[in-house]
Amino acid sequence: MKKWGDQRLEVIISVLLRTGVMLAAAVVLLGGICFLWQHGSEQPDYRVFHGTAQAYRTISGVIHAARPSNCPAVIQLGLLLLILTPIARVAFSLAGFALERDGTYVGLTFVVLAILIYSLAGPH
Amino acid sequence: MTNLEFTPLVFCISAVAGCLGALTGLGGGVVVTPALTLLLGVDIRYAIGASLVSVIATSSGAAAAFVREGYSNIRIGMFLEIATTLGALFGAFLATRTPTSILSVIFGLVLLHAAWQSSRGQKGNGDGRQSDPLARRLKLNGSYPGPDGPREYQVSHVKTGFSMMFGAGTLSGLLGIGSGALKVIAMDQAMHVPFKVSTTTSNFMIGVTAAASAGIYLSRGYIEPGIAMPVMLGVLAGSLVGARQLIGAKVRVLRWIFAGVVGVMAVEMIVTGVGGKL
Repeated sequence: MKKWGDQRLEVIISVLLRTGVMLAAAVVLLGGICFLWQHGSEQPDYRVFHGTAQAYRTISGVIHAARPSNCPAVIQLGLLLLILTPIARVAFSLAGFALERDGTYVGLTFVVLAILIYSLAGPH
Repeated sequence: MTNLEFTPLVFCISAVAGCLGALTGLGGGVVVTPALTLLLGVDIRYAIGASLVSVIATSSGAAAAFVREGYSNIRIGMFLEIATTLGALFGAFLATRTPTSILSVIFGLVLLHAAWQSSRGQKGNGDGRQSDPLARRLKLNGSYPGPDGPREYQVSHVKTGFSMMFGAGTLSGLLGIGSGALKVIAMDQAMHVPFKVSTTTSNFMIGVTAAASAGIYLSRGYIEPGIAMPVMLGVLAGSLVGARQLIGAKVRVLRWIFAGVVGVMAVEMIVTGVGGKL
């Protein structure tokens, strides 16, 4: 019974993951085409590390910068969607374990989710 | 080189890496970074940022196929993800403080291990017969579909496996790789989880582990849209093609080619690192 519930939960989660990846890939592809259209003839220098522009380093920065005229920001938005996909997976697992009333795993999953949110939104 | 030349070139390299990675089961990320740094002279920090993003894409994209087969164990995965995500955070912080020459040498050593693993082929050790009281408390024991109905298995050495997973997470965050091979070793050889359960659960965990260091990489400016875009799309396209070709007799030959390529890259990464050219 328990395992059956787990299996069904996993199938739902895996579909969610695949959808997230495909959506992210579509946004990155659109941003990429537009990036080549606008910046195709520029010569990038990736030999020396300068770090990505400050606006593309935070969630709020990327969301503010992303618009059809700013193609690198659209790519970055797609990459952000991709990073959020496994985090959404953990959040759904948390809900699944809560529905199964499995206190131990609600706790364990919450720890994983907290670590992921700290990484993405924490002060560093 | 202009963007119009750079992007398709990186896409093709990444597609080949993704295809080989899916065919051999070692993941594409481990080949993309040395290819970008050695062939195109890209700074290793941009390369590991792009590679990490592609790792999330392939892990999450492939999960659907594996989960349907009913092998992966979500409880083992979630419990061990505490160790891998903590390790990944630690590794990502470490990466920002480690000189690139040392990163290059460590990467070379990991590649040497991958080459050795690939030439040897993967064998399962986990028999799933020993049990650990902790495994019972955490409900880690499970079952998977066998030829004659579900097969029960038990999990042992939970603490050892957990510590090894911290190490796997650290390497993942330090080098922007999935470190799937190490995750499989921790589950299969330390915890005696059946091999198929180990590989599918590992694949499931890779994306979450990578997401834990991706936040740090993003805030440090390692994720550069111009590089991450062709790498992510290329590795994803390559791995989708590779996953479909899995049924074939030439996998043995491919493993040897892969081992050879990775071995050469390993030596070059170590030489460049020691020479301080990166």
